[in-house]
Amino acid sequence: MTTPGVPAPRGAAPRVPVEDRTRFLARAEHRALRVAALVGVLVLWELFCRAGWVPALFLPSPLGVLREARDMLASGELLVHLAASLKRLVLGFALGSAAGVAVGIAVGVFSTAEAVGTPLIAATFPIPKIALLPLLILWLGIGEPSKIAVIALGVFFPLALNTYAGARQADPVLIRAAVAFGAGRWSVIRKVIVPSTLPMVFAGLKLGAGTALLLLVAAEMIAVESGIGFLVLNAANLMATTKLMVGIVLLSALGVLSHWGLTAMERLVIPWREE
Amino acid sequence: MKVVVERLGKTYPARRGPAVTALEDVTLAAEAEEFLAILGPSGCGKSTLLGAIAGLVPASSGGVFFEGARRPGQPLTASVFQEFALFPWRTVRANVELGLEELGVTGRERAARARRQLEQMGLHGFEDRFPHQLSGGMRQRVGIARALAVDPAVLLMDEPFSALDAQTRTLMMEELLGVWERARTTILYVTHNIQEAVFMADRVLVLSRRPGRVLASVPVPLPRPRTEAMLGAPAFVETADRIWRLIRSQAAAALVEGGT
Repeated sequence: MTTPGVPAPRGAAPRVPVEDRTRFLARAEHRALRVAALVGVLVLWELFCRAGWVPALFLPSPLGVLREARDMLASGELLVHLAASLKRLVLGFALGSAAGVAVGIAVGVFSTAEAVGTPLIAATFPIPKIALLPLLILWLGIGEPSKIAVIALGVFFPLALNTYAGARQADPVLIRAAVAFGAGRWSVIRKVIVPSTLPMVFAGLKLGAGTALLLLVAAEMIAVESGIGFLVLNAANLMATTKLMVGIVLLSALGVLSHWGLTAMERLVIPWREE
Repeated sequence: MKVVVERLGKTYPARRGPAVTALEDVTLAAEAEEFLAILGPSGCGKSTLLGAIAGLVPASSGGVFFEGARRPGQPLTASVFQEFALFPWRTVRANVELGLEELGVTGRERAARARRQLEQMGLHGFEDRFPHQLSGGMRQRVGIARALAVDPAVLLMDEPFSALDAQTRTLMMEELLGVWERARTTILYVTHNIQEAVFMADRVLVLSRRPGRVLASVPVPLPRPRTEAMLGAPAFVETADRIWRLIRSQAAAALVEGGT
């Protein structure tokens, strides 16, 4: 057994093969396990309910929830709630993120805006936005505007802070290069700062999506006739636990879908990102 | 165009301790169409000097002047950076068009000028790639194309090939000389590599360690076009040796000090 270029071992000279010592560092993806874990929990839950160990009033079975969802879809009830919630979510999210990005860039670029903005943001950021809901209702009335406003407020902060951080992290070498090729203040903002913030903006959008969902449910528990928050609260009052679970599953689905959507959009908008 | 640097000084205020003098009383001139190398040990303020000439670093004293005729719309300088400084979100083509955009060149002419420059730099077929998809050598080709696309009166190059491996560097040096023979702009070429400076330049300006001062101006007695064979020519070796003796003690001191 000889390999070209490698002298054969002579006599009893000991020979030790090199082993891959990094093997234990590898992290496999375990695709099957991911699916199995989710399905497994659902199956166990279903069996648990069928065994009759807990009354359906406290814990409805997954198939029961699915059946209820189908019925609610057929009767149109589900769509009414979903449409009402989506409208508030989309409007609040769009307004809040647009304002957040604009403020973040202004504060990141202009020293005066930074001097004015950072103390104000630092003072208002820690307030739980739910606490502002009564105030917003007082100002904007009990209708839609106060609900959209509270969602917008919740989305505003993660976006303003992330965009600000992204703008400050813009590579000074690139800013210098842009100036060397004749760029003025606005060109630098448009061609260097804004693209530099995009990864942080998307991180902020994902954070904001979670906050938006939270505030949506809170807002919909006050003086509304439709929406997923209303559905959950109303079902709880009527002890309709299966219906309540439909609302919760719907919220989970909204969260997962918005995350996927934003991830897909990020890939589309930031094609230069290295893998 | 001719570049004149008169008694240029640059002092950086330090947060603690005394201010750092990067350049002191630097006076030099680069003739029109001259390839002038600016050589010095690390931390001698060569990059600061180039930055001051580009208008990217405000001078503390003295000044920089350009003399001679300039075509209408022609920018005074364009820069090639050590770190390439390509915009990661722009394709190769869009990177090359950057300077033209700022000059207000319209879309169609911009595309045509970018295409011409990309072809000259051997980047044909790479127009739609992003910088991270290119090798270091290709990236700096884009950097050079971007600078040449605006047709500057003076081309400023700050250690353009020092981030490249030795083989790529040699190839890029020859390529740059080829491009320059055709374009014939004034080039100010900052480097810490003596061989590189002597091989490429008409004249090598040797700077002292911080604070940077002009130690000597050494003409390179080699004909053009330069070829790789000249790297062994007596005139090359003698000139390189002469410059090495000038900066040897400076470099040794910089080594101990560990300046940047």
